[in-house]
Amino acid sequence: MSPQVLKHPGLNLGPAHGKDDVAAESMMFGFWVFLMSDAILFGMVFATYVTSVQATAGGPGTHALYDLKSAFIETLLLLASSFTFGMASLALKYKHSKSRLIGWMILTLLLGMVFLGFELHDFSSMFAKGGVPSRSGFLSAFFDLVPLHGLHVAGGCLWLICLAGQILRYGLDTGTKLGIMRLALFWHFLDIIWIAIFSVVYLGGLT
Amino acid sequence: MSIAGLFEHPLGRLGLDSLPFWKMLEHPTRSDIVNGIIATGAASVVVLGALGLIVVLTRYRLWRVLWSEWLTSPDHKKIGIMYVVIAFVMLARALIEAGLMRAQQAYGLGGGFLSPDHFAQLFSTHGTIMIFFMAMPFLTGVINYVMPLQIGARDVSFPVLNSVSLGLTAAGAALVMVSLVLGKFSTGGWFGYPPYTEATFSPGVGPDYWIWALTLGSLGSTFTGINFAVTVYKERAPGMKLMRMPLFTWTALCTSILMIFAMPPLTVATAQLALDRYLGFHYFTNALGGNMMHFANLFWLFGHPEVYILILPAFGVYSEVISTFSGKVLYGYRSLVMATMTIAILSFTVWLHHFFTMGQSANINAVFGIASMLIGIPTGVKIYDWMLTMFRGRVRFTVPMVYSIGFILLFVLGGMSGILLANPTVDYQVHNTVFLVAHFHNMAVPGLLFGMIAAYHFWFPKAFGFRLNERWGLVAALCWIFGFMLAFFPLYVLGLMGLPRRTVAYTEPSYVPLEWVAFLGALLILTALASLLWQLWVSIKQRDENRVFAGDPWDGRSLEWSNSAPPPEYNFAVIPEVKGRDAFTMSKEGGTAYQRPDTYQDIELPKNSALGPVIAALGFALAFGLVWHIWWMVILSFLAAVAALILRGFARNTTRIVTAHEVRQQHLRWIDAVATATAIARADENKPANEGLAQHASDGVVP
Amino acid sequence: MSEQVSTVDETTERREEERREFHSYVWGIGLALLLTVVPFGLVHWIHGIPRFSLLVVIGAFALVQMLVHFRFFLHIGFKQKREDLHLILFSALLLTIMVAGTVWIMASLATRMVLPAQP
Repeated sequence: MSPQVLKHPGLNLGPAHGKDDVAAESMMFGFWVFLMSDAILFGMVFATYVTSVQATAGGPGTHALYDLKSAFIETLLLLASSFTFGMASLALKYKHSKSRLIGWMILTLLLGMVFLGFELHDFSSMFAKGGVPSRSGFLSAFFDLVPLHGLHVAGGCLWLICLAGQILRYGLDTGTKLGIMRLALFWHFLDIIWIAIFSVVYLGGLT
Repeated sequence: MSIAGLFEHPLGRLGLDSLPFWKMLEHPTRSDIVNGIIATGAASVVVLGALGLIVVLTRYRLWRVLWSEWLTSPDHKKIGIMYVVIAFVMLARALIEAGLMRAQQAYGLGGGFLSPDHFAQLFSTHGTIMIFFMAMPFLTGVINYVMPLQIGARDVSFPVLNSVSLGLTAAGAALVMVSLVLGKFSTGGWFGYPPYTEATFSPGVGPDYWIWALTLGSLGSTFTGINFAVTVYKERAPGMKLMRMPLFTWTALCTSILMIFAMPPLTVATAQLALDRYLGFHYFTNALGGNMMHFANLFWLFGHPEVYILILPAFGVYSEVISTFSGKVLYGYRSLVMATMTIAILSFTVWLHHFFTMGQSANINAVFGIASMLIGIPTGVKIYDWMLTMFRGRVRFTVPMVYSIGFILLFVLGGMSGILLANPTVDYQVHNTVFLVAHFHNMAVPGLLFGMIAAYHFWFPKAFGFRLNERWGLVAALCWIFGFMLAFFPLYVLGLMGLPRRTVAYTEPSYVPLEWVAFLGALLILTALASLLWQLWVSIKQRDENRVFAGDPWDGRSLEWSNSAPPPEYNFAVIPEVKGRDAFTMSKEGGTAYQRPDTYQDIELPKNSALGPVIAALGFALAFGLVWHIWWMVILSFLAAVAALILRGFARNTTRIVTAHEVRQQHLRWIDAVATATAIARADENKPANEGLAQHASDGVVP
Repeated sequence: MSEQVSTVDETTERREEERREFHSYVWGIGLALLLTVVPFGLVHWIHGIPRFSLLVVIGAFALVQMLVHFRFFLHIGFKQKREDLHLILFSALLLTIMVAGTVWIMASLATRMVLPAQP
């Protein structure tokens, strides 16, 4: 185990990265604080969902709308993307070749986009069964929570593309390194939110 | 929607009937004419004010200065000043509205002169502005200016983000101002409770103005909170341990933490209301499983911590002011820090007391009632600490001190009425009466506003290099204090007599005398505002007699007084080494203040960035488009904002260097000025002799 | 010579660290997979468990999986700087107060007002 205290959440670059490691401290702390604020945002949306889940107003409910298999596949996709992002972080920290780093990033991006594809497919099949957000308080709450997470993932994908662009343009300078590290926090954080979503929404809804 | 559909109504819902005088021209009834004239007058003030500003800027060729020295500047000091300017502009508007409301109530027996709709707009904008666009910018500005100086930092952690936060707040404030000219603001109160604010009952643009102004403001505040908290944690000068920080910095930290955690529920509530209104969702509707009480719950999950976001920095200001003008170490520093943190945490456990009457079980009411009363304990601790700080000190009755003493006296009364209201059974009796209005104004005006005005007087010489006129400051302070008492003490009685809040008119003649007393109070408060403006004018005229370039006009105790007034853009030529609490007093007593260092170093500063004003403009356009359903504008400004953020990610070389040579020159110029300045005794601190250098602290002070 | 030795040491040390961190990610995904598959399996295949106990089990698995993610993906442990840990614990506290409070209040309201919103 390395003796030094970890400076910030997420994979620390370590002293081998010199000034980038120093610059990371307040930047990563700041981003982590933002994520905590975001966590409260999700918490409130979860609270809305939990207290609205019975408010179907005669419309379709959880059993009629949710698809366990699809939720399971989405979970695996996100989990895999968390792992591939971890590999990208390692490639950054241990200064592997740029192409290896970008390779892991592209893999993560693909997993994220497939996840979004599955999610959109879920939504459209819910729409087909009459599960539109304006149908009931329950569906409104659902379409607040799950697409909010989806929007975050979409934002993460866009950020991933921009970071790849920055790497190609500037190489691995302080800016891109800190960008990848922040996005890593963001990505893993979204995976944690997803754990809550599949447990509360899908599994809880299908018991 | 097709592409062509986007342009089908290029101005969305905007039309001639959005103008404030249109209705008056269409239906010239007496009431419509009176209300139309008032609304048109207000709109003309906004339009003429904006035009006047443009003319002045062009006439004196200030556009470039405004852009490169102010709007794009990442300097926390300039950003702080701009926040305070926004706060004063908005304060003026909201106070005039308050005066209008009090006038209406004074004439309100059986009618009055305002239409109910107009009156509802007035109290909605008054509340929204005072909380989100007066109080928040004011305290954010003061913290921005003072906190980095107090902890010995060069700037906040994320200077460009700071400028973006300012831009978002300014965009929100601008949106509220535009609502005076185009369309009508919400009539749903500052908390915009649904279902009244749903599309069914309020189909106009009012609630949309409210939603998007709040969204912009709260986004800005969240980023500000993050920025401040990280700054306090990561940018402190060597030796500045947490328990050595000045109390104002402590309250700034707690307030920022509250901002970080309390803004999300508001964002959720307003976003859900927007989804209801725009896309037909059912969060808070009456039909199809919506539940309006969700909104109350979410809103007050934000709203109660918000109260402490507002009050804590003021507590910090009072701590600094009382300690400085009593010439004593702050009594019970540790207990004040503990009390601040306790209040910050307890503030998250009491939100339900805003809706005791909703219909939940008595046990829940009891739990939240007890939690609410508990907050009285740490607040009481603070009051005693401040009193004991003054005890046996040589108290100087300067303007900030007068505000502080007024605060202590009045705030205790307000706190007492708060303890009453924390009892659910009492709350049921006075719920929705003006008793409550009296209570929260009693907390907000002497608590927050006096604190902020005291801070303005206290730190003004630091920011601009000259002192404010003392006599007019005193006039304003006394007008504020007595005006407040006249305006709000009658409301306690009226509330107990049963006058409901937000009523445009009443039929009970016995209300009239007290309403008139309150109206006189409002006039006195408007006089206070005028005195403040006049004081600023006089002080600028007399600035050369009141210069304090040496930087320490009040015999200050913390690091912000240890450099020139105004400070250089990098704050400190040499980052100070902190050895204890009241760092500057320690170095003055130890004879280590005003040293000439042997060497100077290059200082790295962030370059100016246009991101802040660009985001402000795009945020405003986005919100304006959303309010008026101008979809092409919404889409374009959203895409442009995303593009701006992406481009910012590609920006490199975002810092510049101030060379050691320049630093040395500036620093020596100041040190030389200090050397030639005359140190003055405290008795002379309001005379032109005060050049900003204090006689040795222990000389004239009872220990 | 001693300098060379130390760089060699450093490289091996770094390689060692890399191996360890790689394994940490592998452990992370392994545990996370397990903690995902079990509750999905319970809901999909096993019938007849009382709804409440099933919910408790799902919740427990979710909580543990979140901790696994925190530990192995976000690298948060007890070696963290103090402010990081404070922040996480404080956020968790507030999240609990706000979410639990909301559910408590709204559920009470729902029972008393006979709204269809009991969780």
